[in-house]
Amino acid sequence: MSVSGTKPRRKPPLGIVTRPGSSLRNKTGSWGMLTPVFDCTKCTGCNTCESICPEGCIRHLEKKQYEADLDFCKGCGLCAAACPAGAITMAEQRK
Amino acid sequence: MRKMIEGSRAVAEAVGLCRPDVISAYPITPQTHIVEELSQMVADGDIDAEYVRVESEHSAASVCLGAVATGSRSYSATTSQGMLLMVEVLYNIAGMRLPMVITGVNRAVSAPLSIWNDHQDTFSLRDAGWIQLYAESSQECLDMHIQAFKISEDDRVLLPVMVCMDGFILTHTYETVDVPTAGEVDAFLPRYDPLFRLDPADPITLGAYAGPELYHEIRYTMHRDMLAAEEVVKEVARDFKQAFGRWSGDVIEAYRCEDADTIFIGLGSVVGTLKDWADAARAMGEKVGVLKLRCYRPFPQDELRAALSAAKQVVVLEKAVSMGGYGIVAAEVRAALYGQPRTPAVVCAVTGLGGRDVTMPTLDEIYRRGREGETDFFAGLRAEVLEQS
Repeated sequence: MSVSGTKPRRKPPLGIVTRPGSSLRNKTGSWGMLTPVFDCTKCTGCNTCESICPEGCIRHLEKKQYEADLDFCKGCGLCAAACPAGAITMAEQRK
Repeated sequence: MRKMIEGSRAVAEAVGLCRPDVISAYPITPQTHIVEELSQMVADGDIDAEYVRVESEHSAASVCLGAVATGSRSYSATTSQGMLLMVEVLYNIAGMRLPMVITGVNRAVSAPLSIWNDHQDTFSLRDAGWIQLYAESSQECLDMHIQAFKISEDDRVLLPVMVCMDGFILTHTYETVDVPTAGEVDAFLPRYDPLFRLDPADPITLGAYAGPELYHEIRYTMHRDMLAAEEVVKEVARDFKQAFGRWSGDVIEAYRCEDADTIFIGLGSVVGTLKDWADAARAMGEKVGVLKLRCYRPFPQDELRAALSAAKQVVVLEKAVSMGGYGIVAAEVRAALYGQPRTPAVVCAVTGLGGRDVTMPTLDEIYRRGREGETDFFAGLRAEVLEQS
């Protein structure tokens, strides 16, 4: 026996139900203190930075060109530590 | 139909009549008979539920959390150490506003190991966001479980309910109980119709991260809805009376409190002893009454104020203690009465820990010491045992 349709339902309690896509809406990059800076003269295009980034926010633009999406980059510096060519430095300024 | 059955069997029959979809539990004394009976009922095909055997109480509660989240009616039972192992999940069930019912069989907590009754286990959960109801008799246990699902699943509430029953004293005692028919319970308790649920066709996340800008309000609304649940508990008691013809519910129950100078407050099975003691004391000319605190969370502050305001003294029996702090119910009763026009003296008597019987002489002692002006004490301490410390 269902009571659906026989009485008006209330809204779900505040803050309990989250619809998909919230990770795209919540720009968690504001947590970061440091920004990766890519030196394309040293970069070999090996993709290590892209694959190691825990946020998945480094994009390979073209052969030796990478970019971090600062809406989600936390400035953790893993990319800089892992870069075999030493082509990434962490800058204190956030854009 | 009236049956002579064990308290655990009464609970199992009540839960079966509520047509749970998923039952998950881990056996632990003195809860064991309840879940044994239910697993047998499922195995025999008497109830159409899935009984999920698990490796711990943490898993049992987790199974139930997931089941309710998908829109299933769910049930578990535990006690003491098992309840403590469940705690992390119990907070999540309440926080995700998932309605379900757990029988909290009351047993002392370790150490030292004790399998016997007191209220220390469920009292440690008073702040978890679970509605807590305490039963006096097997009949009340049965009635309370049927009411509990209806309270919990109400759109205005959506909070889990713990039905607390004293281990052994209620779980292992045979009493005559009136067991309703399946048709009667079906008419009283419709199928669970969730307001929200996990569904692959319409994906949602429950209980996701909430930052400081949201969490505060979310917890406020939980507290607000818990307070408002008091009215639903009363409403469901009225509905129950209409459906089954007996008054078995509400948040408090007063026994011989009219014109009483001293009112004893108790929770659970000790209320039965208290009523007998009050009858005997009344026969001796003592103006005493008994107030059963049936619903402990939400705490019925206004009802207590109204019920206690005419008394000269209130004596709270505590089967738990906040170590280094206070008797838990007494502290809340004192807080409720503070600043009222008439404030009876509140006596806090800790009694019955770890299965120590609360007898008529125990209550005589507590009454006498309260009248002599003692305010906070452990009743019935054995001097010959304390000498060893």
